[in-house]
Amino acid sequence: MLRLPRFNYLQPKTAREAAKMAAGLGPSAMFVAGGTDLFPKLKRRQFEIDTLIGLDFLPREIRNGSAEHSIDAGVTLSAAAHNAHLNEHFTGYAQAAGLVSSPPLRNAGTIGGNLCVDTRCNYYDMTYEWRKAAGFCLKKDGDICLVAPSSPRCWAVSSSDTAPMAMALEGVVTLVGVDGEREVPVASLYRDDGIEYMAKQPSEVVTALRLKGSPNTRSAYVKLRRRGSIDFPVAGAAVALQLDGEVVSGCRIVLSAVASYPLEATAAEVFLKGKRLEADVVREAAELAAKPAKPLDNADLSHFWRKRMVRVVVEQALARATTNGGASVVKLSGR
Amino acid sequence: MTENPLPPARPSTSPARRGGESADLKVVGKPLPKVDAATKVTGRAVYADDMLPARTLHCKILRSPHPHARILSIDTSAARRIPGVIAVITGADLPIKFGILPVTQDERALEHEKVRYVGDPIAAVAATEEEIAAAACDAINVEYEVLEPVMSIDAALQPPKDERVQDYGGPNNVHKFVALEFGDVDDGFSRAEHVREDVFFFQGNTHLPMEQHSAIATFVDGKVTLWSSTQVVHYVHRALSKVLELPMNRIRVIGAAHGGGFGGKTDPFAHEIIVAKLAMLTGRPVKCTLSREEVFYAHRGRHPVLMWVRTGVTREGRITAMHFRSALDGGAYGSYGVASTFYTGALQTVTYDIPAYRFEGCRVFTNKPPCGPKRGHGTPQPRFALELHLEKIARDLGLDPVDLKRRNFVKPYSRTVNWLRVTSCGLEECTERVMNASGYQDRTRRAGHGMGFAISSYMSGAGTAIYWNDMPHSEVQIKVDRGGITVFCGAMDIGQGSDSVLASIVAEELGLQPPDIRLVTADTDTTPIDLGSYSSRVTFMAGNAALEAARKMRAKLVEAAAAKMSRDPADVEVTDGRIGDLSFEEASILAEARFGTLTSAGSYTPPKIAGPFKGSGVGPSPAYSYSACVVDLDADARTGLVRVNKVWIAHDVGRAINPLLVEGQVEGSVYMGLGEALMEEQAFRKGLHKWPSMLEYKSPTFLDTPEIETFIVETVDPEGPYGAKEAGQGPLLPVPPALCAAVFDALGVWIDEIPVTPEKVVEALRRKEKGEPARYGPPRFPSIPYPPVIKVEPPPKDLDAATAAI
Repeated sequence: MLRLPRFNYLQPKTAREAAKMAAGLGPSAMFVAGGTDLFPKLKRRQFEIDTLIGLDFLPREIRNGSAEHSIDAGVTLSAAAHNAHLNEHFTGYAQAAGLVSSPPLRNAGTIGGNLCVDTRCNYYDMTYEWRKAAGFCLKKDGDICLVAPSSPRCWAVSSSDTAPMAMALEGVVTLVGVDGEREVPVASLYRDDGIEYMAKQPSEVVTALRLKGSPNTRSAYVKLRRRGSIDFPVAGAAVALQLDGEVVSGCRIVLSAVASYPLEATAAEVFLKGKRLEADVVREAAELAAKPAKPLDNADLSHFWRKRMVRVVVEQALARATTNGGASVVKLSGR
Repeated sequence: MTENPLPPARPSTSPARRGGESADLKVVGKPLPKVDAATKVTGRAVYADDMLPARTLHCKILRSPHPHARILSIDTSAARRIPGVIAVITGADLPIKFGILPVTQDERALEHEKVRYVGDPIAAVAATEEEIAAAACDAINVEYEVLEPVMSIDAALQPPKDERVQDYGGPNNVHKFVALEFGDVDDGFSRAEHVREDVFFFQGNTHLPMEQHSAIATFVDGKVTLWSSTQVVHYVHRALSKVLELPMNRIRVIGAAHGGGFGGKTDPFAHEIIVAKLAMLTGRPVKCTLSREEVFYAHRGRHPVLMWVRTGVTREGRITAMHFRSALDGGAYGSYGVASTFYTGALQTVTYDIPAYRFEGCRVFTNKPPCGPKRGHGTPQPRFALELHLEKIARDLGLDPVDLKRRNFVKPYSRTVNWLRVTSCGLEECTERVMNASGYQDRTRRAGHGMGFAISSYMSGAGTAIYWNDMPHSEVQIKVDRGGITVFCGAMDIGQGSDSVLASIVAEELGLQPPDIRLVTADTDTTPIDLGSYSSRVTFMAGNAALEAARKMRAKLVEAAAAKMSRDPADVEVTDGRIGDLSFEEASILAEARFGTLTSAGSYTPPKIAGPFKGSGVGPSPAYSYSACVVDLDADARTGLVRVNKVWIAHDVGRAINPLLVEGQVEGSVYMGLGEALMEEQAFRKGLHKWPSMLEYKSPTFLDTPEIETFIVETVDPEGPYGAKEAGQGPLLPVPPALCAAVFDALGVWIDEIPVTPEKVVEALRRKEKGEPARYGPPRFPSIPYPPVIKVEPPPKDLDAATAAI
């Protein structure tokens, strides 16, 4: 059987204490919240550490202010998915949280953990023995990328469902480090690199996510995967729209699982501004959104198909965003 | 229930084997919980991995990282120096070859000359801790001469770049050819008014049991005892004796509580031999539980099969001749492969009346984990091809596919052109049931919605054993002592409920309930032979053996009770825990006083009904089950994703000894069939299994499984116990073709290969749009140098009548 390695478990009482522990121990330690992604990776020796720093102390509340809404990083994905307030005001976010993995794992996994979840690659998410047989890769123990051997970088895929949605909603995360607390937009939490995919300090703890509400914001998340029951995304679209009547006054579209970071579809956003969401407009926006997506052959299903499907998920997310909280203003041709 | 229109093709030899009237039955036919249900759900069942005797050593196996390589040297010195390492063995310690079939003894527990797939075992370590054993494996240094791997059927048919995978078979990497013809096929085609050819591919997939393989061995007083998660204690017993060079009486194999097999634990495995050897060397218990990844390498799963089929029909759709070709990707070793090859051509005839039939089969060796028997063994692939092929023929002729199939259904109590004896057959009734329930014929048309229909059949146990011997295929002993009843049988309960079936049959005959029966099963020291839980044989064969033993015991109890009551034994009723006026306990004490130790035995040997030709041993069965299925789905033309809404399935099980267990088997089969049809794929990249993990290898979960409506059809087979036939494998078979027929119904494209992934659907739709054939599937069947066919005369029309008259 695959067994967990032996490790020390530390139980800090505060985020500052946790950050200090992490800073002191360096790469030999990791934080653990739900552990749903971490423990299998420890078993497969993708992570080799000797200490886990528990984040059990993180509060688990969802606070609704009049303008701002704050979700503690320790809130489980299922609590976020079922929260009535989030479903009403940040529909896409609740949808994304409810589409992560499977029901039992959502009961354990946290929203902070999903923001920080490791990038994925089917040359990397394998046991030590398999990786040894395949030849180790850049991301762990090796010196080449097995998906793109001529490339100097790692192409592991950002596989968070909630990160693109939090980005589209212009969320802000609170980070607690050794020297104190700071706030950064979710968008600046990530880097376009399969290995160093997070821009925060490794010792910083994500403690909360803040979302700003606005009465005319509508959002939706559409996730594509083989099994609706459990799989990571192979493509996904997070859409947040500000509508002025039927005209788009603001728009953010962020794609999941087609790059090493949540990929913002800027050209499509610019294109949509000031337009009515007619079927041909949506189709063109989806076309523009799909252009920068460059899925490679390192996730489930063929990357050609995944590339073609980006358009579809963007169209569906735009349609669903306008339906969420009201009748759809988009009429898609075909189905 | 259908009436039997004809007398049994061959009357039962034992007068005891008759189907009782269902009204008389007190246990049989009732949906009772399994006898081990509470033990299983409360976590008290002891699986092999749960066992941890004092001083147990943990074993890890070093496996090949190369798909094809010669081993130049193995250096274990560094591993031996690691503290906690007690023993390290290599192929030199276990050089004798073994294999499930006598004709393909081609495996070694540890290879020291050549490795043939990533995962082939090379060395094994026994250590005080599992982590130490793993670290020691990592410290073993193996020098290889890497060879070009053979990774496809096409490559295996070509001359190898470096060398052949195995040194037998041929030409090139061909393992086995079969070429048989029954009746005059050319004449059949000349009489046809329409002839069609199609090519299909069924991708390989694996069993995915919940429990990984696990085995633990001890060596005490010169005797090896092995507890294993196996389906075949008897065959493991034989393999251990051969490789360890110990007489059978020095080895005991016990089937531990079982977490699922589906055919994946039907071979003797390297780890079973390794732990026994390490126990002998160290004198300590040694345990090995495979990781999930290693289970993918142990495999023995569904063969990838390329198929070509050509059929001639009349204008009315009656089949005049069929020619079927198969090419199986066998992986690196023989396993059950010779049988699997025959099976891809054997059972086409037991559902459709094919007057002339030619079959050419070929299995090749490749550098992948060996394929073997998975639920349906070698028959889901041709069933998939045949059902879709007939759908297409019906459309060519402008006929309803259901009508066309019905016109060709075999008749109950008949012989097929390839000599298979059909007895009870509920095809018509099964079809009727799913047609009525699903509303297939009057389905409403809406974009992207489709329904598909298919049928199938499977054996109730193979008519011949895996190795030549004259022993019965199953034996049961019953001991009654101080009112307690113990049933001894070699049958292995792998979760299908065979223990419950044994208890039910004995309870029925002795007027008791299943919880009154103690069971001792699957232990080569204490139980008589049963060949194992494979080929859907246990209910039929162990069931018949139990029935015979129970009726003999009942006769003794009745005789003693009748004497006491001064009554004619024929007037003594056995029911509700009473033998006549006496309690069961009273009667058993009287009988013990009268006869001494109260034991009885029963056995079952299948009738010798194989045809007079080489290879006729594969296909015959004392009875065949039948199924019919309708799949309802929605398919998205943009994404190609398929969502199954509902499956209706009717299964002719002869008689449901326990309808709850039958429904479980049928639903499990449907679930597994949907997984194979939609997503499961034993895929390889650069010589490596692409996704040997339960997250990456896609298989449906509970949430992905649609509603399944099951109909049990009872035709009361003349030879089955109480008329029972199999239920564990057959219901899988119609699911993949019914799903593909439904995809065609929904989108107008044929997906002629399994699994139906979204990219294939999208590609087929793109081709259709461009005016190309609206199909995704293999473009051609390779040119294979099959040998000349062996022509076999069909059986004489009055064959079974003549036998019956003797």
